[in-house]
Amino acid sequence: MRSTKPTPWRAITGGAFFSLHSLPGLTLILVVLLCIVLGATLYLYAKTKEMQRLSKSRKKEFEKTRLAEYLSEFDSTKLASLRTGLKPALPAVLLFSAAFLSPFTSFAQAPVTSASILKEPGMIILMILILIPVLFGIILMGVKISRIATQFRTRQSTDEEEQFKNYLATLSKEEVEEALARREQALNYRPDAHAMTGTAPASDKRGLLHNINTEAALPLTPPKKRAASRPPVDPALARLVVWYIGCAAFWLLFGTTVGEYIGIKFVAPDADHVSWLSFGRLRPVHTNAVFWGWASLGMLGLGYYIVPRVSNTALFSIKKGWYSLVLINAAVVLGSCCLMGGINNGGGEYREYIWPVMLLFGVGIVLTLENFYRTIGRRTTHEIYISNWYIVSALIFVLVITLVAYLPWWQDGLGETIVQGYWMHQGVGMWFMLFTLGIVYYFLPQQLNKPIYSYSLGILAFWTQILFYTVIGTHHFVFSSIPWWLQTTAIVGSVGMIIPVTAGTTNFLLTIRGSWHSVASSYTLPFFLAGIIFYFTGSMQGTAEAFRSTNLVWHFTDFTVAHSHLTMYGIISFFLWAGIYAVLPRLTGKEAPQSIIGAHFWLALIGLLFYTVPLMIGGTLKGVLWAQGRPFIDGVVLMAPYWLWRAIGGSLMWLSHLLFCYNLYRMVAGSALFTRDSSFKKQQAHGVLSRP
Amino acid sequence: MEFFHDHKKLFRAAFLFFLVLTLFACILPALDEQKNNATLPGSTPLSEDAAQGKLVFIANGCVACHTQQVRNVDMDKTWGSRPSVAADYAGIHRTDVWRNTATLMGTERTGPDLTNIGARQPAASWQLMHLFNPRSVVKESIMPAYPWLFTMKETPGKEDVVVSVPDEFLDGTTGKVVATKEALQLVAYLQSLKQTELPGDGPVPAFLELSKKRAPDAGGGAAASNGDAEAAKGAQLYTTYCQTCHQSDGQGLKGAFPPLKGSKVVLDDNPELMVNIIINGYTGRMSEGFGAMPAVGTLNNLKPEEITAIMNHEKSSWGNDAKKVDVATIEKFIKSIKK
Repeated sequence: MRSTKPTPWRAITGGAFFSLHSLPGLTLILVVLLCIVLGATLYLYAKTKEMQRLSKSRKKEFEKTRLAEYLSEFDSTKLASLRTGLKPALPAVLLFSAAFLSPFTSFAQAPVTSASILKEPGMIILMILILIPVLFGIILMGVKISRIATQFRTRQSTDEEEQFKNYLATLSKEEVEEALARREQALNYRPDAHAMTGTAPASDKRGLLHNINTEAALPLTPPKKRAASRPPVDPALARLVVWYIGCAAFWLLFGTTVGEYIGIKFVAPDADHVSWLSFGRLRPVHTNAVFWGWASLGMLGLGYYIVPRVSNTALFSIKKGWYSLVLINAAVVLGSCCLMGGINNGGGEYREYIWPVMLLFGVGIVLTLENFYRTIGRRTTHEIYISNWYIVSALIFVLVITLVAYLPWWQDGLGETIVQGYWMHQGVGMWFMLFTLGIVYYFLPQQLNKPIYSYSLGILAFWTQILFYTVIGTHHFVFSSIPWWLQTTAIVGSVGMIIPVTAGTTNFLLTIRGSWHSVASSYTLPFFLAGIIFYFTGSMQGTAEAFRSTNLVWHFTDFTVAHSHLTMYGIISFFLWAGIYAVLPRLTGKEAPQSIIGAHFWLALIGLLFYTVPLMIGGTLKGVLWAQGRPFIDGVVLMAPYWLWRAIGGSLMWLSHLLFCYNLYRMVAGSALFTRDSSFKKQQAHGVLSRP
Repeated sequence: MEFFHDHKKLFRAAFLFFLVLTLFACILPALDEQKNNATLPGSTPLSEDAAQGKLVFIANGCVACHTQQVRNVDMDKTWGSRPSVAADYAGIHRTDVWRNTATLMGTERTGPDLTNIGARQPAASWQLMHLFNPRSVVKESIMPAYPWLFTMKETPGKEDVVVSVPDEFLDGTTGKVVATKEALQLVAYLQSLKQTELPGDGPVPAFLELSKKRAPDAGGGAAASNGDAEAAKGAQLYTTYCQTCHQSDGQGLKGAFPPLKGSKVVLDDNPELMVNIIINGYTGRMSEGFGAMPAVGTLNNLKPEEITAIMNHEKSSWGNDAKKVDVATIEKFIKSIKK
């Protein structure tokens, strides 16, 4: 039967834990409040004890043997005040105010009621409300008592000083004068200006100093550390990596230009009436171009640098690297053309490329996988560095999920939906996220010039990521007609993701700990830091979205779009930029202008926030409006301003990509890497990076 | 552990671990779903036109904004008379050798759900106008226009389906808007999207009650004393069920949907004809060039109090000032009409 009357909010939240009607939730709040009260009471008890002890010790006689000890604690001011016989002012006496005693009275009157009434949520709310002012009173009292204790201590030391003076009066004048003069002389000692440095002029005979800023003018942006000089990289490999990154950057610009345009279409739906530019066709062009073009090629490019490096050997086959690059590029070109021409696989998100197109991508991945695997096979290090765990596993897993998603034997009816949920989430978690984590495990310690905080945490995150992430796909179809148990498994898996995400975030942050100054003075580390923050918040947001209660409000709304950008852009893209800015200077010997890298960072970050925050707010409001049974079109009207903000944020992001491409040009153009006569030997002779 | 230093063992272990999880989280449940589900006895396969229309639907990426799943929750009651079940999708197979199965369940609802659109909005004339430019019928819509599914003809032939598009949406071009084969096929597909009735006399699966304690029915007939609440409800119901054709100003659209403002039927003190039109639909003004009205009340299972609220809204808005009706009277009429 139809019902269009507004549904009460309670009916659709399903009794959230912290709602006004949830007994366990309220009880928890009450218990927490009581614990705080107990803690405060214990603190007060300890303070009172301390004061008692102080007042006792005050009565003790001054010990004459402690003259030398006292003198050694004197600084020049005290010495002077002693000599002039100046007495420090006595502290004002503080009284217990009636105001701060009053909470005690209300605390004493804590409600005593029968058990049955206590179980009423209303009664518990009342108790919480009473406890809150009591709590503030106790905190206030704690502060005051702590202040009185300090004053006690001050007064005690003043008294002690007085006694000391009296004692001095009993000694002979010469004796005192001599002791004081000795102390004064010690205090007045100043070392010679050249005692430490010597008198010879400074010179850097061993060439240890770098990055000397000789500019006297006030700079617009603070100068950051320049890329460090590193051992040269095989120019053939370097060219391959640069090409991967260059292609990735092209697809980023292409994909986000399309994205920007379809974002504008939410505000101006009649911007054009051309079939191949219509929203439904361009949306998958955007998503697939940034997935398989930008993110995948960017990751692979960095992977081609990392895998041989941490294996301490040469890449197995540079040729196969080129084949892989060509195949994946071909897939994105053909795929985009097909989609705009109206040829797609049937509408499953991120699975819009038809299988012949995706086959090219798959073969490209197989070539790279073989390449990396064989490189690791002939490594000269004993262990397999954690980056390689993540990178090679991601390559294996993306092949598995592509096969599962494109093979036809389990795709009839709802089978397709279950596979769809699996595909779109494993694509994100087992390909992009896993690979990118591998990149971070290499570049973050490298940029900080210190080892990763914990290798074991990295391993824990690796296995738990596989365990939990694999099962969470169907949380995209909560409340749909796929089996209920499968939805529940997905929700449980989503909660389990807290383990790998926390492990990863903790590991990264603890690696940075102690080197926060490096973040401020580096132009790559801010990208890492932003990525780490989005890694934690974005992933946790995913967990929050998976619950049935939150799904009711957020599912099908623009909240999901905000989430996917927070993660694919905030995590993956920021980490990729970090890696690219770190690796390119050491391949090409050229750096991008720091101010434009900074502009790229801030535009991307601010743009992303302008993009996601309004969509999250609007998405939530739309979900609530739907739950109230309001007409659908009301939700469209409601979203209009939020879609405008999204377009503005998207424009900032797009602008930042223009800057990124310019930076890329500056890092590559004119590099010896691409001039004909460049050879490995010549590079070795000169060092890849000329020192400034 | 030495195990972690052997790349063959390490990556084989990761691969097998992932494969086993994949098997249990994806492949086996998917195989189970396709094996243990069959289409409902009452379901009819897509007609040839509708099947072609589905391909137009897929090609243009309509699934990006339109879901086809009525979830088992209160708020989805607007989109169907029952929650979708696995059997609803059981008849969907691989499209062709190039393209995968298209259940088109979707993951985003920027536009309305289409599970039951064939029942909710069966009028082809409306669908065609809406496809040519959605804003010609729904002012606030942000759906793309699909003018490339139409051609302009100065003198349409007999068999041509002419769409009455308001001049402001023609961009200054002259002639009549004629639907192409693709447009008609797409509309045929949309019209075919109806929920199949579950077989037998058993109870229809109810929507999930997410809270045991429901607030008492605030909008029932007994609450008519609360005039403002009833008026607001009438306005909301009008927006949901009537506005896409008769428009928010009650003026309708020239040559397509008749105005309700100043309408004889609406202003009539005897509500019988008006109730009949809402329950059974209306073809009485097709000779004037207006489209046929679908049986909105029956198709959407509107309750007597909801129909009353809609009628009172129409009788008292846009300058209309007719005598209001009460639920008891309307209920009586509905019973006699349905007999």
